[in-house]
Amino acid sequence: MADQSPAVETVNPVDDAINHLIEKFGAAVQRDTRDGYSGVIVDPAQLVRVGRYVRDTLNYEYLANAAAVDYLGKGDHLEMVYHTYRVSGGPALVLKAQTPREDAVLPSLVPVWPGANFQEREAWDLMGIRFDGHPNLKRILMWEGFAGHPLRKDWKEAYYEQDQKPFDSRWPGGQVSRSEEHNAYGKNVKYPDGFTLDDYESLAEKAIYDTMPLGVDVSADISTDRVVVSLGPQHPSTHGVFRMVAAIEGETIRGLEPVMGYLHRNHEKIGERNTFLQNMPFTDRLDYFCSLSNNLGYALGVEQLMAHGARWEAPSRRAEAIRVLMVELTRILNHLVAIGFMLNDLGAYFTPLMYAIIERELILDFFEAVTGSRMMCNYMRFGGVAADLPASLRSTANQVNDRVREFDTMQYLRELIHDRLPRAVDQTDQLLTTNEIVTSRCIDVGILSKEDAIAYSAAGPVLRASGVPYDIRRAEPYSLYPELEFDVAVRYHGDIYDRYLIRLDEMRQSLRILKQILPILEETKGQSFFSGRGGIYSPRVPAGESYGRAENPKGELGYYIVSDGGQNPWRYHVRAPSFINLTALEQMSKGNKIADVVAILGSIDIVLGELDR
Amino acid sequence: MTESNFLRELHDPDVPVPEGMQSSVAVTNLRKLADTVYNWGRRNSIWPMAFGLACCAIEMIATASSRFDQARFGMEVLRASPRQADLMLVSGTVTKKMVVPIVRLYNQMSEPKYVLAMGACAIGGGPFKEGYNVVSGVDKYIPVDVYVPGCPPTPQALLWGLIKLQEKIDKQSLGNANSTPWYGRGPSDEVPVPVLGPDIVDPRQAHLLRREAEAVQAQMVQAEGEEN
Ligand code: SF4
Repeated sequence: MADQSPAVETVNPVDDAINHLIEKFGAAVQRDTRDGYSGVIVDPAQLVRVGRYVRDTLNYEYLANAAAVDYLGKGDHLEMVYHTYRVSGGPALVLKAQTPREDAVLPSLVPVWPGANFQEREAWDLMGIRFDGHPNLKRILMWEGFAGHPLRKDWKEAYYEQDQKPFDSRWPGGQVSRSEEHNAYGKNVKYPDGFTLDDYESLAEKAIYDTMPLGVDVSADISTDRVVVSLGPQHPSTHGVFRMVAAIEGETIRGLEPVMGYLHRNHEKIGERNTFLQNMPFTDRLDYFCSLSNNLGYALGVEQLMAHGARWEAPSRRAEAIRVLMVELTRILNHLVAIGFMLNDLGAYFTPLMYAIIERELILDFFEAVTGSRMMCNYMRFGGVAADLPASLRSTANQVNDRVREFDTMQYLRELIHDRLPRAVDQTDQLLTTNEIVTSRCIDVGILSKEDAIAYSAAGPVLRASGVPYDIRRAEPYSLYPELEFDVAVRYHGDIYDRYLIRLDEMRQSLRILKQILPILEETKGQSFFSGRGGIYSPRVPAGESYGRAENPKGELGYYIVSDGGQNPWRYHVRAPSFINLTALEQMSKGNKIADVVAILGSIDIVLGELDR
Repeated sequence: MTESNFLRELHDPDVPVPEGMQSSVAVTNLRKLADTVYNWGRRNSIWPMAFGLACCAIEMIATASSRFDQARFGMEVLRASPRQADLMLVSGTVTKKMVVPIVRLYNQMSEPKYVLAMGACAIGGGPFKEGYNVVSGVDKYIPVDVYVPGCPPTPQALLWGLIKLQEKIDKQSLGNANSTPWYGRGPSDEVPVPVLGPDIVDPRQAHLLRREAEAVQAQMVQAEGEEN
């Protein structure tokens, strides 16, 4: 007995769960044994049953991400990857299902996780996987009638040059040529053989209206016509080029469909051609208010992969401190502006936003001094950041007057964090929280229940305002967060008002974090801000998969990255919080008035660059 | 324009004015008076359309807000309706899906109308040029008056672009039907709205499509002939 080692409790809950699954489903569930991969591969026939079991019995009730991968030439199949989490925290249980490239079909997981709705539509649109049992399977980012599924590896666009950057035509020593000159139409277009415009009827608009509930409902005694209206893509309430098609009865919403893709810039396709580092500036342009937080999420994803490789050194303490500083400043900036925009939607035309932008400019002055750019910072690197904080900067943040002057950087930050920003938050609070219009328009409008919030994979402030205290900074901590003191903000009504209040709470928590960061910055002064050798432009990223997630101001920003050991990612997928939060929009809006939908949308806080990618 | 600038602009250099009166008197002809007054009014009350496409739109908003204060140029009145707008600020990436509404909006704007392409994307596709859903420059579909480079252009750069637009307006003359066609030949032609087919189709290129289709057919016939 003495030589027997004591029964070790399984420390890893995911391993535990996988064992359960294998025990229960036998051969239908297999461990993913590929090098650098994790999770289980599920037999498609059993996928829905496994999903239910994972959700109900194993308590992985939150589906964070569903992404498709094309393994052309590496097994020649398409693979759907699902990341599920427990809302109590902890790492992911990853489910995968494979299907042949020809005639790709998988069962839909929408009945289990309604939050898979848009993500499966995206996989159909871009990868061509058909989902059996999906309630509304049509294209989402491209338009109905578009030829082909562009994210497949063998699909080439009109301006295609090569599979990898840098293109030979640019560098080194290449002859620069304009893609327009190689195209018969002088534009970024290509058509199937023999296509002409004669008798062609576009499906793009028709497909949107086909599924809307139209017509007159005469079942009740007196009833109004049901009308379908289209809001957007050019509409002052839609924050850019978003569009909603709503079926209304009188003023009441009966059905609503978000129509997106008006800013679909093919981030992922381009990202698979870029080297790992070249993607960094592209991430800036996802959520263009929060370029630095986007940078961090991507850096985390790639660092996860690099950690398996040789000669990897984790970022230094100073680098981590600078990262947290940047990210939390970004959160404050974003929430101030988000509240401003939301008030816009309530009818306070631009005035609250002006107040927000004053503070934003002060933070941007700092960003510009550190990174060289106001908005597109491109600042994080794998293993640190691109540059140290400068000794001084020029700005106007002065209590006495608004003249531009030279500040010592640390003094500027202290002034900003201890004085200026707290005042700005308090001012927002004082001006808006008890404002009669705000309270009467926001309280009890657009409610999202706790159960729905989880089922629809809502993230960030939207999830937390519905009573789920889920924050990745605590649930699966990264960077310096484990040692920082802050509370996860949570509110319980799930209405617009709570989504507004939670942003105030979060800003205050961010300020708390920032106050703890300042001493760390002082104490690490002079330390290195980058752990790798100086100037590595093409980091060696070992083969495997990773899912890097960060708590962005708008919610969980995730990067699912597959590397085959080469210069560029084999698959680069972005889990965009703005996109997935919208899955619940119809649920929140039904039964409300059309003017409220505008406010509800404002309270979700979407940004189109990230929504459409 | 300051008062004395305005007078100098207005003044006909061929007519001498006594030294001491130059700051308060201008002698001019009717056409020049009309042009100057007309352009002065227009350049200082441009109403841009409230319409943002992508990241650049955020810098556009920053330009309109207090620090950079677009109102100095009389341009702070953003209109959501194209009917009331004089200037379309194309602030961001133009996608194939979006270019359809953009062309429609452009057609709906009343004359005189101007287009400013803000940022690398609107000028030529920018960082996303190679994308399958990206239009490589809004000028592939609608005429552009001012290009402001940058990614995103700073508010200062945008202001520079707006000043350039004012300079352009200053040079337009009522007497010249080429520079103010909306008084001469009636409204200009509408830009045909692109069609979302298997890829975006510009109706102005229908003949090219037909030519390519015929070429493909001819090739097939030839290949068949060779087989036999
Ligand atoms: S030019 Fe740059 S900043 Fe402007 S829309 Fe394009 S990517 Fe965004």
